[in-house]
This record gives sequence, structure tokens and C-alpha cells, in this order.
Amino acid sequence: MAAEKMALAKAINESLRRALETDPKVLVMGEDVGKLGGVFRVTDGLQKDFGESRVIDTPLAESGIVGTAIGLALRGYRPVVEIQFDGFVFPAYDQIVTQLAKMHARSLGKVKLPVVVRIPYGGGIGAVEHHSESPESLFAHVAGLKIVSPSNASDAYWMMQQAIQSDDPVIFFEPKRRYWDKGEVVTDAIPGPLHKAQVAREGRDLTLAAYGPMVKTCLEVAAAAAEEGRDLEVLDLRSVSPLDFDTIQTSVEKTRRLVVVHEAPVFFGSGAEIAARITERCFYHLEAPVLRVGGYHAPYPPARLEEEYLPGLDRVLDAVDRALAY
Amino acid sequence: MTVESTAARKPRRSAGTKSTAGKTTSARKTASAEPELVQLLTPEGKRVKNAEFDKYVAGITPEELRGLYRDMVLTRRFDAEATALQRQGELGLWASLLGQEAAQIGSGRATREDDYVFPTYREHGVAWCRGVDPTNLLGMFRGVNNGGWDPNSNNFQLYTIVIGSQTLHATGYAMGVAKDGADSAVIAYFGDGASSQGDVAESFTFSAVYNAPVVFFCQNNQWAISEPTEKQTRVPLYQRAQGYGFPGVRVDGNDVLACLAVTKWALERARNGEGPTLVEAFTYRMGAHTTSDDPTRYRGDEERQSWEAKDPILRLRAYLESANHADEGFFAELETESEALGKRVREAVRAMPDPDRFAIFENVYADGHALVDEERAQFAAYQASFADVEGA
Repeated sequence: MAAEKMALAKAINESLRRALETDPKVLVMGEDVGKLGGVFRVTDGLQKDFGESRVIDTPLAESGIVGTAIGLALRGYRPVVEIQFDGFVFPAYDQIVTQLAKMHARSLGKVKLPVVVRIPYGGGIGAVEHHSESPESLFAHVAGLKIVSPSNASDAYWMMQQAIQSDDPVIFFEPKRRYWDKGEVVTDAIPGPLHKAQVAREGRDLTLAAYGPMVKTCLEVAAAAAEEGRDLEVLDLRSVSPLDFDTIQTSVEKTRRLVVVHEAPVFFGSGAEIAARITERCFYHLEAPVLRVGGYHAPYPPARLEEEYLPGLDRVLDAVDRALAY
Repeated sequence: MTVESTAARKPRRSAGTKSTAGKTTSARKTASAEPELVQLLTPEGKRVKNAEFDKYVAGITPEELRGLYRDMVLTRRFDAEATALQRQGELGLWASLLGQEAAQIGSGRATREDDYVFPTYREHGVAWCRGVDPTNLLGMFRGVNNGGWDPNSNNFQLYTIVIGSQTLHATGYAMGVAKDGADSAVIAYFGDGASSQGDVAESFTFSAVYNAPVVFFCQNNQWAISEPTEKQTRVPLYQRAQGYGFPGVRVDGNDVLACLAVTKWALERARNGEGPTLVEAFTYRMGAHTTSDDPTRYRGDEERQSWEAKDPILRLRAYLESANHADEGFFAELETESEALGKRVREAVRAMPDPDRFAIFENVYADGHALVDEERAQFAAYQASFADVEGA
């Protein structure tokens, strides 16, 4: 088996490279993705190897990037577009929500739009305003879109392959603060389904459910809790839409307690949806209400305050304590 | 080029004119001066020469001219029937094209089968030219679907409700055409109101930068619901193209021959790898924006009357008669055909079945989605619960 240790950003780069090599209809598009290789260097070297007609530096216009990707998909291409930062996706939100998400249904299934929208998201890198947001719930609320977020290099590699092969539009949220985390990538393994959650750590006392950047935090929480004799299970949800409720249910029926952790604001967030559905499914199994840890109902704060805003070890452990106290 | 008289147009002043008086910019001067527009048939139906564009209709036969006339008459008849059906409660809404037949038939007939059309929601005449059955256009207005046809059957995309979105789709599609090395062209329709949208500006940028084979066909029908063109722009719309680095031209949108010629020219440029073109068809929406609109609140009768004198259908009829290209028999036969079309549309709409209730869950995703499956099952169980009650 071909296994290699690489950073998450490099894994996406390798995945895009493989897609470009495999399918001549795959295109990479976005601001600065060509010569610069993207502001995070995720597309580094791709234009050099595949040319300007496959790896396209676009004008600085997010709606234009997504709107033209829709047109290219209508022509039979499979564009993978990059939105440079989470907070810049909103000029393209109209095209994503009113056009990309709905054209398959409007055409009664005649038109397919295999477009991947890559969005580096989340905080923890000390960035300025609009560079640290987690808008996944805003997209998950829209039927017609699929929303995924890898937490490690291997998933980043394979989930990108699967997203590109999907005939549905996929919003691919990349945890930018984990871009430089290394992990083993086996490039010839057969991956599990794109929208299946995984048990990242087994445990019996409580389930921590997270995706993207918060999976690592939850694994650290579980390690810290283990020192106190608490055995936490950690789920890597991987997909926000669809959400794999079956895996969460199985875990909760075992542990009887659930804490959901994400960076996005708690209010109307993905944690609220998980709490509601797991309460419906597991009402008689639960020993405590489902608790949520996430961002506040406030604009993402300036960098010097982001550690207060983002769920960290102590805030998650506090929620674990509260859940176990019932 | 022939210059159309401005005398018949009611002068309009923008809200800002007074405060900027005395500091008049060249842009304002340009906006108030009526620019030249390409015209091959005068409102009286006289054929006028045009050194640049005559060649694009030079070989047109009397039969083809009658065909253009037939297209416009039948499109108008279809449109009138749809308006009536809305008034009768058969359609929830209708966006009439009355007055814009020449712009749509002229440009639509200029397209080739392998070209691709991206319409807004008023391009009934273009749809007709592309071979889309007019009854298919009515499904979304009746509320039985959100589209109604397979875009790839006639290379005619679904109607787009969000103003200007489709110009980017057209541009992307055209970028794909260029990548494929095909010599097809793409045409995007939009209105004067849409010209204010960011997506239209972005489509101009992208198409220019990538030299995309796309024609932007703006039907300036003078009104974006209640707002006149002066609320959208301080310069004639066709001049916008210059700032993006491609040509723009204003054509008499009520002159089907001129629209045919200018669009052929623009499509030929696209096919030849010369990039995008903006065509502004200067026309008039004779009816309301949609059947929900009340134009008497924002415009007077005299304006409409001045445009009725430039009616696209009467103009071509006058030319056909004066040139002896059509006899009474042709017009009588067309009248019969027109009535038959109205009857067919009426009957088809009334016979249109409501969609199956499970259609809510169909085609939401191409590859399926667990939540949709779950909710479909819940919906089915809920529906089945009524059957139990009925059966009890």
C-alpha cells in the first residue's frame, strides 16, 4: 500500500492533482490558485503541471467564480472552485443557494451540477475580520447542497476525491487551522462513504461529537478526561449534510450522554439540530440533556479574544462535567 | 446607421439632474443625447440601408420574412392567451412579452441549433425559436413545476427568476465551449434592470478576460417594474461594454430584421474567437411587468401610444405588403393558425395535472440524501394514515 505522511493541505493538493490527472473535465478555479498556489498554497504547483486552462486564476469576484462554474458544469466540466476565506463566500451565496443548489431539482433531474466549493474555514490562526468564520449551518439549511469537513489528512485526501466524483454540489469546508497537521494518507485504500461518521476514539461514559477543526480538540479533551478516569467516545462526523445520525445514535445508546462541539455559534447551529434529533431518537437512553459547546451569538471577535470565543479544552471539559453530573 | 427620432419619447429627468446641473459631466450629456441605433426597417415598414449590417440579412427570402412575421404573430397570440389564462385563474402569474416580439424572434432566429441560450423569465419568443413547446413554458407559472423542460433538448436553459444570475452561467458555459474548441456560441438574455446587478458586471469581466464566445442580449424595455432606465444607468447601456473591452451596439428592438442582423453579427464574432458582444435591443414592454403589476401607477398612456406606433408586427406587415411578399391568403391562414394555437394552449393548461405529491422529494439530490429519504418516508406514513381512516 502506498502510504505517506503529509500535512492536511498537502493531502488536498495531492487529491486535486489526482483528480486533474484522472479526469480531463476536472478544473480548479479561484483567486490566486494558479501561480501563487492559493493563499494557503493548497493548489501549489497545479497550474505549473496542468496549465492555465485547467487551473484557472479568476477575476476577484466570488459570485462570478461560482456562477461561471455552474455554466462550466452545464457544459460537462467538474469545477472545483476555491473561495479564499470563509467570510468571502457571501458574495457567492446567492449563486450557491438560488442556482447551484436548485438547478437539478428544477430540471427534474435532467441537469447535474458536480461543482465543489472549497472554503478554508474556522478560527485559531490569529486572522483579521472575515477570515475565521464557520458558516456551515447557513449552507446545511439549503436543500440541494452537501456539506462536508475533513478533520485529518487522510479524510481530506479521500473526501476531496469523493466530493469531485459526486454529481451533487458539495461545499467542502477545510479546517484552516489544521492545514499544517500531518497524518498518514494511504492513496490506494478504499475509503468509506463520504457522508459516514467515524468513531475517532472509543469510550463508554459520554460521546463527544465534532467535525473539522474540533475533532482534534475533542480528542485532546478525551485524553485529558482519561487522566481523571473518564472514558469519552469521540465521533468525527465528517459530513454536516447529510448528517450520519445512525452513528451518533449507536454511540449515544452506549454512552447515554452527548456533547456536541463546533466553532460556529451555538444558536441555530448544527449542534441544535443534532440535539433535537438525538433527543427524538434516544429519549429513553439519555441520562442528561444533549449539551452544546460552540461560538457565541456575536461577531467573530478580534484575534486577541478568539481563544475566549472558540471551544477549547476547558470549555469542553466543563460541558462534560455538567453532562456527567446529571 | 440610422438615427431614430427622439421626438416621440417623453423626456425623463433623473432625480439627481437638478443638483448636478451646471456641473454637467460628459456622461450626463451622453445619456441625454439619443445614441444611434441600428435600424433596417422604419416604423412605417420602409427598408433602409445599413452599410455595416445589411449583409447579415442580404440573402433573406420572402419565405423567411414571412416566417419571421409568423413567429411574431404566433408568439404574441400565445402571450395573449397566457395573460388571459392568468386572468381566468388558470395561471398564478404571467410575464408578458408584448412589444418585445421583434427583439426575441430576431435574436432567436439568429441562433444556430448548437448554440446555447440562457433566458430570463420573459423569453417566450426565443423559446419558440428554439423549438420549446409553448405549453411547457406555462408549468412554472401554473405552479406544477419549477422548470418544465429539459434544457439540453433544445439548448435552452430554464427560466431564471433571480435577476442577472444566468449571465454568469452563460459565460461559464461559453468558457467551456471555448475549452472544447467548438464553434458554437452562447447567448444570455437580460433586461435593463438586470444591468444594475453585480452578476451582470461580473459576467462582463469574466467573458472579456477569458474571451468567451458569448453574446449579451439586453432587452432594454424601458422599465424595471416601475423604475425607468434612468434609475439604472447614466449612460446608454450598450456603452457599458466599452469599459470591459468588448463592443456594444444598440439596435432597434422593434425591428426584427435589425435584431436578426445584429445578433448574427455578434454570434459570428463569438464563433470566430473574437469574444463577447453586448447588444442592447431598444424596445418597449407594452404590458405590465407581470400580471401582478399595475403600470398605470408609474407611466402614462402617451408613452405607450408612442411605442405602439413602432409596433414590431405592424412594421413587418407593412413591409411584406409593400414589397408584395405576402398576400391576403397568407394573413388569413396565419389568423386561423393563431386561433388554433390559442385553443391548444388553453386546453393544454387546463388539462395540466397537479404534480404527484411525492415530487417534493424528487431530484433534490442527484446521489440521494439520507435526510430526504427519511422525510419522504415520514411523509408517506403520514399520507398512509389518511388511507387507514378512510378504510376504517
